[in-house]
Amino acid sequence: MIGIEHYLTVAATLFVIGIFGLFLNRKNVIILLMSIELMLLAVNINLVAFSSFSGDLAGQVFTLLVLTVAAAEAAIGLAILVCFFRNRGTIAVEDVNVMKG
Amino acid sequence: MEKIILFAPLVGAIISGFGWRIIGDKGAQWVATLLLFLACALSWIVFIGHDGTLQQIHILNWIQSGTLDVSWSIRLDRLTAIMLIVVTTVSALVHLYSMGYMAHDHNFKEGESYRPRFFAYLSLFTFAMLMLVTADNLAQMFFGWEGVGLASYLLIGFYYRKPSANAAAIKAFVVNRVGDFGFALGIMALFLLTDSIQFDDIFAAGPQLAETNLRFLWTDWNAANLVAFLLFIGAMGKSAQLGLHTWLPDAMEGPTPVSALIHAATMVTAGVFLVCRMSPIMEYAPEALMFVVFIGATTAFVAATIGLVQNDIKRVIAYSTMSQLGYMFVAAGVGAYSVAMFHLLTHAFFKAMLFLGAGSVIHGMHHEQDMRNYGGLRRKLPYTFWAMMIGTLAITGVGIPLTQIGFAGFLSKDAVIESAWAGTAGGYAFWMLVVAAALTSFYSWRLMFLTFFGTARGDKKTHQNAHESPMVMLVPLGVLAVGSVLAGMVWYGSFFGDDQKLNKFFGIPAHQVEASEAGGGEDSHGEGVVAAADELAEGDVAAAADAVTKDIEGADATEAGEAHAEAAAPDMAPGIAPVGAIYMGAGNTVIDDAHHAPIWVKVSPFVAMAIGLLIALWFYVWSPSTPRAFRDAQRPLYDFLLNKWYFDEIYDVLIVNPARKLGAFLWKRGDGGVIDGGINGVALGIVPFFTRLAGRAQSGYIFTYAFAMVIGIAVLVTWMTFTGGAN
Repeated sequence: MIGIEHYLTVAATLFVIGIFGLFLNRKNVIILLMSIELMLLAVNINLVAFSSFSGDLAGQVFTLLVLTVAAAEAAIGLAILVCFFRNRGTIAVEDVNVMKG
Repeated sequence: MEKIILFAPLVGAIISGFGWRIIGDKGAQWVATLLLFLACALSWIVFIGHDGTLQQIHILNWIQSGTLDVSWSIRLDRLTAIMLIVVTTVSALVHLYSMGYMAHDHNFKEGESYRPRFFAYLSLFTFAMLMLVTADNLAQMFFGWEGVGLASYLLIGFYYRKPSANAAAIKAFVVNRVGDFGFALGIMALFLLTDSIQFDDIFAAGPQLAETNLRFLWTDWNAANLVAFLLFIGAMGKSAQLGLHTWLPDAMEGPTPVSALIHAATMVTAGVFLVCRMSPIMEYAPEALMFVVFIGATTAFVAATIGLVQNDIKRVIAYSTMSQLGYMFVAAGVGAYSVAMFHLLTHAFFKAMLFLGAGSVIHGMHHEQDMRNYGGLRRKLPYTFWAMMIGTLAITGVGIPLTQIGFAGFLSKDAVIESAWAGTAGGYAFWMLVVAAALTSFYSWRLMFLTFFGTARGDKKTHQNAHESPMVMLVPLGVLAVGSVLAGMVWYGSFFGDDQKLNKFFGIPAHQVEASEAGGGEDSHGEGVVAAADELAEGDVAAAADAVTKDIEGADATEAGEAHAEAAAPDMAPGIAPVGAIYMGAGNTVIDDAHHAPIWVKVSPFVAMAIGLLIALWFYVWSPSTPRAFRDAQRPLYDFLLNKWYFDEIYDVLIVNPARKLGAFLWKRGDGGVIDGGINGVALGIVPFFTRLAGRAQSGYIFTYAFAMVIGIAVLVTWMTFTGGAN
């Protein structure tokens, strides 16, 4: 029988993969965006799991909201990437340090 | 009418100070002067019409906070009436005189408009002084007190291009602060003790104050003595008494009309006025009064000795003023407040005239002030000469001994000296004043002889061009001359000569004086009444009634005795201020004793004056080489006096230089080192250090920030887990 622990384990694994993708990655900004998506999906799995197991639909509604926001965020993030590439000619993460103090 | 007197000078000051661009230079002068003459005329009407009873004229409420209730109101009694005529008369004449004196001033450039400013300051001063003398509570008086200080500062420093004038103005202000500090402490102490600063409440509390002790600084003090002493410190500063006098001679840097108005006739007498006004407190503070007498007598003597050798004509008169103020304080200190006011009144006339006369000489001699460069001006400046002659006769006290005929100073100064003899039983103060009278005579005649007699000395051209002053300057001299001649004879009875007149003049109920006279009697009856009066003074009605009853039973009361008991009981019950402009305690018999002074006491000031005159004649007329020989023979003494007893030097060493060093230390080390250094250290050292540290953390790589965020979340989650979160 697949219990809530399994869902939570999958979600946690995905979240940690997302985190590692975020700050071990030195090459490509697109991978950053994908990592963020991964983390959001992990959260979604958590929400759906809890919603299903506690019989409260609010969690699933929230998931839809998160998906929408994630889509918007991905669109804006890619748009920024395109602009950035046009200006700098690269999207390597190591070259993106304009904010260095 | 009183309100018009009070506010006319203020209106004049505002119009001439701010409106001269519209009404013009001349217009401003005339407006200020005419308003002052209006105030003067009304003051005389008030003075002559005043019947001695107290009037309080409410103007507006001022401060109402808790139990402190202060309003602007005019307290019109005899003291105020006297000061009103003194202030407005001298001020009006000085305004008129200034039109001539300030017409062309070499301290200002061609085309500069300085005259409206001068008249505005003069009028402002007059307003502040009137505020001071008409005050009905101490806060109002303090307002006037500081107002005259401000006007004095502005006028001493009127020639703002002269560094010495600026220095003198600052000195006057700073030295006065010392006194004002004492005055302010006195006001606060009175408020602490009586819960009011209204004169009526304070005066009513006099007997209680004498019974109260107050902890101040390191020990307990008698409240009445402490308050009287603190108030006298304020008076010392304003009236240039020894110790706080150093500003007055320097104040002569101001224009001469200013010296006449502020530093001779009015402002410097504010201290005397304060002591007289506070007589219901002073009467219960015998130790403080002794101090007043001591300081007054010493000032009179010291200032007179310094005056002997000064060469600047204005400085001689300045020291003379200081000396005469000492006389007034001695009179007030021995309890003869009316005599102090008498001398204040006559002194205002003759001293203002001497100053205006000196101003006329200075004007005629093209701003030469050194008497060694004068001489033989009698023919060049005839009117000024006669005015100064009358002034000198008045100040030295010329009159017919043992009669009441003489110049103003003769009557008032003799009254002071007789009071001093009576009040100190022929002690220190009396002898100091008699010696000072001789010295006064000497330096006053020296001034006359050096200026108007002998041969012309100094610059020939200046002497050839010396000219008599214009009419606007001579008229005030003439008016003041009349005052100097008559003021003494007209008011002698009211101020000193006649008990009944005096009581009526000041509005003192008769029984207070009767009680004091009875104190001198020997019969047991009188003693009983005095005991009663004493006990009443202490606020113990029952005990007083007992004393009187015993007295009546024991010695067959006369009707007078009963009258005493009846009259005394309601009037002197605790909580009611004594009636009358001045208050003389039950045991105060000074004026009466002074009338019974021996003949030699009464003649002594005249003899002293004659001696001074003879020595001056010998030194400066009969044998003009004597002073030089005498000076060379007594070199150390001469230097000592010429350097004003080295007061300035001592203060420089003791106070000014340490203060300056402390100031330099605080400036260079405290401000420059600690405060500036601290701010610079923080801004240039510590802040950039942390900035660099924080800057190093900003790698600019997104993953670094993400990592920091994750670590932060992990830490927060861990912390929440261990502490139980929101629970």
